[in-house]
Amino acid sequence: MSRIDVRKTYKLYINGQFPRSESGRSYVVNDAKGRLMANAAQASRKDARDAVVAARAAFGGWSGRTAYNRAQVVYRIAEVLEGRREQFEAELRASEGVSAAKARTYVDAAVDRLVWYAGWADKITQVTGNANPVAGPYFNLSTPEPSGVIAVVAPRGALLGLISVVAPAIITGNTVVVIASEQNPLTAITLGEVMATSDLPGGVVNVLTGSVAEIAPWLASHMDVNGLDLTGVTDADQARELEVAAADNLKRVRRPAPDTDWLLEPALDRMTRFMETKTVWHPIGV
Amino acid sequence: MRSDSSLRRFLHGLPGVDQVGCEARAAGLGTRSIKTTSKAYAIDLAIRMVDLTTLEGADTHGKVRALASKAMRPDPADPSCPATAAVCVYPDMVGTAKQTLGDSGVHVAAVATAFPSGRASMDIKLADTRDAVEAGADEIDMVIDRGAFLSGRYLDVYEEIVQVKEACARADGSSAHLKVIFETGELQTYDNVRRVSWLAMMAGGHFIKTSTGKVQPAATLPVTLIMLEAVRDFREQTGQMVGVKPAGGIKTTKDAIKYLVMVNEIAGPDWLDPDWFRFGASTLLNDLLMQRTKMTTGRYSGPDYFTLD
Repeated sequence: MSRIDVRKTYKLYINGQFPRSESGRSYVVNDAKGRLMANAAQASRKDARDAVVAARAAFGGWSGRTAYNRAQVVYRIAEVLEGRREQFEAELRASEGVSAAKARTYVDAAVDRLVWYAGWADKITQVTGNANPVAGPYFNLSTPEPSGVIAVVAPRGALLGLISVVAPAIITGNTVVVIASEQNPLTAITLGEVMATSDLPGGVVNVLTGSVAEIAPWLASHMDVNGLDLTGVTDADQARELEVAAADNLKRVRRPAPDTDWLLEPALDRMTRFMETKTVWHPIGV
Repeated sequence: MRSDSSLRRFLHGLPGVDQVGCEARAAGLGTRSIKTTSKAYAIDLAIRMVDLTTLEGADTHGKVRALASKAMRPDPADPSCPATAAVCVYPDMVGTAKQTLGDSGVHVAAVATAFPSGRASMDIKLADTRDAVEAGADEIDMVIDRGAFLSGRYLDVYEEIVQVKEACARADGSSAHLKVIFETGELQTYDNVRRVSWLAMMAGGHFIKTSTGKVQPAATLPVTLIMLEAVRDFREQTGQMVGVKPAGGIKTTKDAIKYLVMVNEIAGPDWLDPDWFRFGASTLLNDLLMQRTKMTTGRYSGPDYFTLD
């Protein structure tokens, strides 16, 4: 007797849970050869709104943890990802049509990228903070702090690309609402399963799948979002409109970079872009 | 002259509540989709119906002044935003609230009669009420003696409401409006909610109110539905209109709109007015304001842009 296939329903990842889109919509995702791979949830503006609420609620707890603890959690994501590497390699080969060797390279790089950023958690403050020289009996210290809720448009690289934009944002204490690559959304949701089982508190990373053109403007204009990362936006006009919409509450914006080679070692600017510098004056006791 | 037994005969003669049917009806009404202009109307109406409440042991005069200012001008950035119906405070804060509100038209409601437990002697409850009325309260929110009600001493509850209503009289002959709080979370059954609603209306309460907000569960849709049916039937029989106020646990615009739909469908559009329906709430107002801002600006707003209390 033949066994019935157990197929996965790909849903969204919001607030540590996997809800269907509030709109009830889904869209067809094809593999690299144009065959049906699965249906993905098509998120609406209301899913984006819920995701922002979840990210905002998670921000206090996540940014309040010690940098050391955030590093442990992100390292744990790397561990769990490593344990499920066969699944990710298979998904990458199917969705992006890459060879087995190439898929292994991407998963290796994704795990390494997480470990690399995990290591930065308790060092970024030392590298970018300062004891400023002032003409008076004061300590004058500048330290970077997380901006808040960051909306991210992820680039095409389904695994490495996504991790390369999400990890730097959360490692410094931000929480994230990320719109997965419209063409390759499935790996992002599988990665959500990894994050949900890695001690990452619910709401720190929220993954939406669907149309960037539909969802991104709502996140760009959302007054409770503090930063906008347009890395995955390919259309220059769309990017400009999003940047204009983001100006209302002075969001920090990172401009598109869809063609980045994600296998290269990143610079620190993905972390520093979404941080605010706080400077305190403290009197020196005589 | 009423007696315990005549009250019992009447109240226990009321038809029992169909629990499953009532909950299904309340849930069904909650699925109505209210959009665009209807939603804008509902939001403004809900803001006008809010009794902006602070009932904490830690309340200060400063906090009450801030709350009263917010009640008069909930969204300082938008002059078209209506004021709330009232602020609801403890009796010792009535003077402060009244002073800030002046002649703005926003009422001051005071909780009295040993709120929230109601466990004090009658003299103290009446003195509590008179004190609040003298300080200038426009509305008195009294709590009933749930112990007396649950043990079947209906006449005691009835007399209590009548006496508190008398204590609401002012020197000039007018009188403060009386809201009667049942604390439905302690009344165990829907039948009890129906009975206490009729008891309070017969005793002369101007408003019937679900809860103090200090006990869980506070206001729920099914309980409010039963109370709305009671005020509808009471008007049919006596011609007198009584208001309804769900309080506690209503936190989102979505919840508030569900209540408004129910008011319209169960009691009728006559009750869609701040004089006849109120929300006892504190956090609800900010969500209403955020939704209102979303509708006027076309973008989502955030809690950073509204005061906390």
